[in-house]
Amino acid sequence: MSAALVSRENLPELARDIINQAIAAGATDAECTISEGDEFSASVRMGELETLKDAGSRGAGLRVLIGKRMGASYTSDLTPDGIRQMVHSAVDLAALTTEDPFAGLPEPDELGSIAADLHLFSDETAKLPTEERIAMAKRGEAAALAFDPRITNSEGGSFDSNVGGRIFANSRGFLGSYRSSSCSITVMPVATKDGGMERDYWYSYARDYHSLDSPESVGRKAAERAIRRLGSVKVETQKVPVVFEPRTARTLLSSICDAVSGTAVYRRASFLAGKLGEKIADERITIIDDGTIPGLFGSSPFDDEGVPTRRTPVIERGVLKSYLLNSYTARKLNLKTTGNASRGITGNAGIGHGNFFLEPGTKGAEEIIRTVKNGFFVTELIGTGVNIVTGDYSRGAVGIWIRDGELAFPVSEVTIASTLQEMLNGIAEIGSDLEFVTSVSAPTLMIGEMTVGGR
Amino acid sequence: MNFSESFFAAKFGITRHDLENYLSEALGRGGDYADLYFEYLATSSISIDESIVKSATQGVSLGVGVRVISGERTGYAYSDDLSPEKIRHAAQVAALIASGPAKVEQTPLEEGRKRNLYPVITAPNETEFKQRVELAQRADIAARAYDPRVFQVQVMYADNLRHVLVATSDGVLNFDRQPLARMSVFVLARQDGGPPQQGHAGGGGRYELDFFKTERTPEYFAKEAARQAIVQLDAVEAPAGEQTVVLGPGWPGVLLHEAVGHGLEADFNRKGVSAFSGRIGQKVASELCTVIDDGTIGGKRGSLNVDDEGNETQRNVLIENGILRGYLQDKLSSRITKAMATGSGRRESYEHIPMPRMTNTFMLAGEDDPEEIIRSVPRGLYCANFGGGSVDITSGNFVFSASESYLIEDGKLTRPVRNATLIGNGPEAMKYVSRVGNDLKLDEGIGICGKEGQSVPVGVGIPTVRIDRMTVGGTA
Repeated sequence: MSAALVSRENLPELARDIINQAIAAGATDAECTISEGDEFSASVRMGELETLKDAGSRGAGLRVLIGKRMGASYTSDLTPDGIRQMVHSAVDLAALTTEDPFAGLPEPDELGSIAADLHLFSDETAKLPTEERIAMAKRGEAAALAFDPRITNSEGGSFDSNVGGRIFANSRGFLGSYRSSSCSITVMPVATKDGGMERDYWYSYARDYHSLDSPESVGRKAAERAIRRLGSVKVETQKVPVVFEPRTARTLLSSICDAVSGTAVYRRASFLAGKLGEKIADERITIIDDGTIPGLFGSSPFDDEGVPTRRTPVIERGVLKSYLLNSYTARKLNLKTTGNASRGITGNAGIGHGNFFLEPGTKGAEEIIRTVKNGFFVTELIGTGVNIVTGDYSRGAVGIWIRDGELAFPVSEVTIASTLQEMLNGIAEIGSDLEFVTSVSAPTLMIGEMTVGGR
Repeated sequence: MNFSESFFAAKFGITRHDLENYLSEALGRGGDYADLYFEYLATSSISIDESIVKSATQGVSLGVGVRVISGERTGYAYSDDLSPEKIRHAAQVAALIASGPAKVEQTPLEEGRKRNLYPVITAPNETEFKQRVELAQRADIAARAYDPRVFQVQVMYADNLRHVLVATSDGVLNFDRQPLARMSVFVLARQDGGPPQQGHAGGGGRYELDFFKTERTPEYFAKEAARQAIVQLDAVEAPAGEQTVVLGPGWPGVLLHEAVGHGLEADFNRKGVSAFSGRIGQKVASELCTVIDDGTIGGKRGSLNVDDEGNETQRNVLIENGILRGYLQDKLSSRITKAMATGSGRRESYEHIPMPRMTNTFMLAGEDDPEEIIRSVPRGLYCANFGGGSVDITSGNFVFSASESYLIEDGKLTRPVRNATLIGNGPEAMKYVSRVGNDLKLDEGIGICGKEGQSVPVGVGIPTVRIDRMTVGGTA
């Protein structure tokens, strides 16, 4: 059987076969992940097609346990030879690792899959002709270029899509698979004024192209955002209230998500380690992880160890209720897995998230901004300055200064700094505008005081 | 070695004739240029945590990418199956970007000049796995032995061996064997049950495994990581606002990578979207600054014999005595702007389209004594180590995060400060460089640069420099 002959339909069978080969080679337990996918990308710039990419690939990964020792391998060569080599490679490696008393698979009664259709896949996008995909990218960019004479240039517009499948099998009888699809339109215009140049972007992301926002609305939004950055200044260093729009508030949620990861917690590499059951945030804060919401980008029927996904309240009214756990970190912490195992095609499972979001409040974004006399509305964050171990937070920021409740003038080349502990407790307002755009979502968020570093 | 003995010819029976056929298939719809990039990548990784070897992984991926350029358009397809049907299919898909009858005369393939910047006989990836596990274990032991306040140690060792073959319709035929290895040590320390602090160190390059036994031992990285974690235990709040900043030698060269390097990549400049667009010949830094991107330094992480488009890498002057000199080119940009190749076309893998990228980016040494530079500062911040950085190439604003820094008071380093982000504007920030030390140092070999979703290994370097004005994102 040549690689070309392993059809997509036969991949689950291949996964089961790989498990059998691993057991025959001496593994006491084994897990196999196979992924396959096709990617498409069309990008246009200044009205002309610039790049067209269309291809697919597959790979298989294996993790074996021999007693409490672990070995792992992967291959993109799905021929019988390639598979045999992968199996032997994993088994050989297991002989070289040390025993880990907590190593293992989830318990059989923990395994399973959500039966309901999660609407992760649509074959509509696959049917869309290339010309129409290019046309959507062009329409998006054209709308941005036409929006205002100050939009003088562009980094382009693009239409991207991905369709793929994931198959997972283990030696405790689990075999599951699901397919998912996504597509997006992105526009990145450049605005110019008085020799200054600013770019921004906007995008729409969906499971199928019918659900995308119109290319024109994406283009206009991107243009509007680039223009409002023109003529930005650096402000004086000061301590002020900071309002995060949903796109930047989401990054705060990502940091919280990292901090409740079981791996960071058992290693005590998180400022939230050892805080289960304690009040760690303002009581208006409720953060949920839910991998079961149909159609959303953080949903899946089972996690990367074959455990069903679920809804996990992480912080409830300011109290830390749960970490995000896979079976390994659950054993380490003497807890139960929360179905948050995540991995590529091989290796030990790490921690991922489903749809990780902050429950919305009642005020609109404008209403929140109106409460601020002197403060900073943050529209973009750059840099990696969040330390999950200590909670120290310091990032580059771009945005608009708030003066007497109004968005007054654009600001850039400044930093905002605090600690995640103080930010969680210092929440002043939570907006009502929660939208599930990506798998981590937050509404507009206001922190009572942060240090803005500038002149 | 000639082509017939090369990896892809020997292992997969690929002939020159095959390559020429695939290229003519790729140009079958009228493109101006086509290339093929074959890649075979073997990787391994080891992770030690809590003194347990928790993970040992190895694997293989292979494939070929086919690119067709027609004017400013690029068509790209790839296959993870090297059978002739699959490669021809990829070539046909990539060819769709062009329209009209084939018009380009293919140049016969000619092998490039051979040099070897990394004469590694046995790549780390080809050594006995057990040896590599033992090296990683040594780091764990050394970090724990450094200080009783160390309570958590994680060691990551990873290596890979990449075989590449590039064939182009303008006659380039080049192949390379690229070994790479890296060890990283992460340490957590705490005092009297107080909050933990972290330290991180690591390094490597395109060397034999012996590098970790003689040049840079596991103990070296372990002690450095542990030292940083212990230092942070006494850290005070970082200052906020504009300060005089002194950067220590080595890894703080990430400043150059963010402040100028990305902004000089030719794709952004060709499109006029970089803050450096159209500024060649202009002053963009103090006259003390000469910045180089050099892909030819023996064994370094960012070095390559040939770039991922088959061109030899070289030493490129980006800024000379403060004056902007040149951009980093890939094939597409140099074709469009009729610029000379700079050997800067790189890609993450066969699944990716090449782009202009940096290799090893550094500033040439100046004349000042580093100690004297610190003494010259009445009040400021000394940054010895950084985490990552990033840049908005259009506005030119960049940030980088200081992971180990100290207050300078009356010309002396006093207290360590907590992590803080530094922010500046590319074409402006380096005008404030007022002192350049005589102690140029390249980093230890841990850099990964991300651009448009593609990661490639890079190096950076800098001597001690004083920057009179830069915004520090602390809270004090």
